[in-house]
Amino acid sequence: MSKRFALAGNPNCGKTTLFNSLTGSTAHVGNWPGVTVDKKEGTYKKLAENIDIIDLPGIYSLSPYTSEEVVSRNYILEEKPDCVINIVDATNLERNLYLTTQLLEIDVPMVVALNMCDVLRKNGDTIKIDELAKRLGVPVVEISALKEENLDSLMKAAYEASRERREGSTVIENKDLLHLVGDVKIAFEGMKIANPLFHAIKLVELDELETKDHPSLVKMVEEFKETFNDKTFGSDFEALIADARYTYISNHFTDLFVSNPEAEVVESEEAKGTKKNTTSDKIDKVLTHRFWGIPIFVAIMFLIFHFTFGEALFFIPVHMEGAAADFFSGMSGEPLDGIPSLGVFLQSWFGWFTDSLIIENLANVMPEAWYTSLLLDGILGGVSAVLSFVPQIMLLFFFIAILEDSGYMSRIAFILDRAFRKFGLSGKAFIPMLTGFGCSVPAIMATRTLEDEKEKRLTIRLMTCFSCGAKAPIWAMLAGIGTWVGAAGDIFVFTIYLGGIAAAVIFALFLKLFSKDRYVSPFVMELPAYHWPQARNVGALLWEKLKHYMIKAGTIILACTIVIWFLSNFGWDFWYNNAFNSSLEDATFNLGGNVYPYFVEAVNEEGEIEMVYNMEWSMLGTLGQSLRYFFYPLGCLEGGWTYGADGWKYCVATITGLIAKEDVVATMAVLGLDEGTIALNAAGAYSFAAYNLFTIPCFAAIGAAHGELKGKHFWLTLLWWFAMSYVVARLIYWIGAAYVFAWWLGLIVTLVVVGAIVGCGIVVSKRQKEALAVRA
Amino acid sequence: MLKRLDELKVGETGQIKKVGGEGRLRRRLFDMGVTPGAIVNVRKLAPLGDPIEVTLRGYELTLRKVEANLIEVEVED
Repeated sequence: MSKRFALAGNPNCGKTTLFNSLTGSTAHVGNWPGVTVDKKEGTYKKLAENIDIIDLPGIYSLSPYTSEEVVSRNYILEEKPDCVINIVDATNLERNLYLTTQLLEIDVPMVVALNMCDVLRKNGDTIKIDELAKRLGVPVVEISALKEENLDSLMKAAYEASRERREGSTVIENKDLLHLVGDVKIAFEGMKIANPLFHAIKLVELDELETKDHPSLVKMVEEFKETFNDKTFGSDFEALIADARYTYISNHFTDLFVSNPEAEVVESEEAKGTKKNTTSDKIDKVLTHRFWGIPIFVAIMFLIFHFTFGEALFFIPVHMEGAAADFFSGMSGEPLDGIPSLGVFLQSWFGWFTDSLIIENLANVMPEAWYTSLLLDGILGGVSAVLSFVPQIMLLFFFIAILEDSGYMSRIAFILDRAFRKFGLSGKAFIPMLTGFGCSVPAIMATRTLEDEKEKRLTIRLMTCFSCGAKAPIWAMLAGIGTWVGAAGDIFVFTIYLGGIAAAVIFALFLKLFSKDRYVSPFVMELPAYHWPQARNVGALLWEKLKHYMIKAGTIILACTIVIWFLSNFGWDFWYNNAFNSSLEDATFNLGGNVYPYFVEAVNEEGEIEMVYNMEWSMLGTLGQSLRYFFYPLGCLEGGWTYGADGWKYCVATITGLIAKEDVVATMAVLGLDEGTIALNAAGAYSFAAYNLFTIPCFAAIGAAHGELKGKHFWLTLLWWFAMSYVVARLIYWIGAAYVFAWWLGLIVTLVVVGAIVGCGIVVSKRQKEALAVRA
Repeated sequence: MLKRLDELKVGETGQIKKVGGEGRLRRRLFDMGVTPGAIVNVRKLAPLGDPIEVTLRGYELTLRKVEANLIEVEVED
């Protein structure tokens, strides 16, 4: 078996970047705490033997505060890696070394990788490496994970270290406490438990996991506690040990950090705790400004959607015809009323490439047969409908990746915490939710960073409110249709995303109303310094998404389009009914004396009456018709999505969306619904969007939820997703339809709904205030 | 003068004397370096007035006022 080296370190210390540099893989890196929620593995190949590298979640401590800390702790203790590489951010030595002092207590070979040494050098600061290594008792190697400096020497040092056993050592200096630790350690050794020193110290701290595992030894600690009385801490061992670590660090290591002698004035300021005014601070002053912080946040979000989905840049009316219009609209031949955004521009050219260049040309040369229909209407139609949104989705991810990598994401949590807390969530829950804008699967997994089970459950239930990348094609498609919704496509998409966030707040409130629990989980979070998004990190993220998207289009979605094509072109007699050039005799298939209306009369472009295939009688059509009864209330009037002859197609699309959300668009394309043929009014479009947004996510996300939730909570979550989407889509359609009938009716319905929501809000916020008062 | 951390004005600096609270929250505060003796400077308030951002041990930490209320600091007059 090859050797295994585990990477451990604080969140945001460059651990995943190091992992990527060592293994050459493109694990996802972001600039906020909690990006790696489960361990990742890769291989380092530049030594005599291959080394498995395990990237553990970023942690501040080995206490079981969050489940990711438990993952890291258990991995090191139970899986016994051959060496632990502890990454320490050289620019933030003090807090990073706190974890190091805990890792040192475990009986495992260890090497400290002092990361970001390039930044240190740039600032003119130095750290006395040799002295640090001597005092820690383990090798220390200066590296830069980003610039890939010194990685080979790090791995060599780790390899050397892994060949020898290492006994745990502690930095605790209090004699009485050491005496107690010694006694507990002997007890553990007697019980033949590995890593006795680590367990002994954790037990003395009365660590939750430790006291649960060894109740018999707790008495020993408790007895000792009574005889113990420190002058500052009394017998509060938890505080005493945490303090011992930090005191040791400031006494023994702070002098190893030599600041740039030219910046001495600043250093004395720093000693008092006020930091120098870095560029990061200046940016932060603006972005989290008391007054401008929230408007800037909303503006940034809007611009992202405007540049991705906007039909007219900054709403400037520019009328274009001819060559200019053709250039901006991807040869559509239609005049334009504004310069399209980059996203729309790219999408229209992409569409020109697939529709005009490939599908139309193939249609001209291929014979009229079932396989032509399968290839053009089924496979190419469905898959290209999904792929045509690649440019827009990549652009959206590009913006999200920049927000993430620059460090703005954690500021969003900072800005919004107050608003979110009212509904029983912390700003921290917002981080997995923001991940949800990318994909629900990692987002649901990221809820592990939440320490409170109930908050985690609530966050997973709200996850569908955050429109994932796979749902974006649905909005993009609706944003392109010919009615009101299409005329203001960017605003429509923006309101979907904002509406999702608002709905999350309302749902949280609603769930809170029926919960007896009034606990609010704490919000104690690091705010990392801003840095320029690294092209490599952003590129890695985009590549990962693109790969994922293309693989999905080539597998699940491809298979789905074939199945949908089959079901929609074959009747229950398993006969291919969509024959070309059908005469009336072919068209009606006589079976047992019944004439099945597979074909209906329609007027073609030349004004002639001809027979066209009636999909309603296909297998899918009949199934869809029965589904339609079920979804009927969500859009039953003209312009609604369950109305009329196309109604069943939307219903089928929502079901295939369970396989993958891109399938909604793919299915609609196979069934002949595209931007030109969708006839939804605003009420219908919003109802359809709301149902698809809030409903049960794809199977992959259901799987992730199953991994995080136990037993009945999982099933309740599925039920919640479905019920909520149905109810909300119904409410939206109700309000919308009322406006279509008369403005005053719409107003009354709106007031009733809003009133009910505000009422809930008042009750919950009152209860919340009481809960906080009790805690304080 | 002894104060609670949430009572400090933006820009004020103090030394932590005592950390209250219990269980995981207290543990978390310790792990993040909020221990007696640490110097803490209040940097700013969030746009909605809460949470607050502080600098300690060379990095930026954000916590809510209710949590800051558990922390006693000594402020120079």
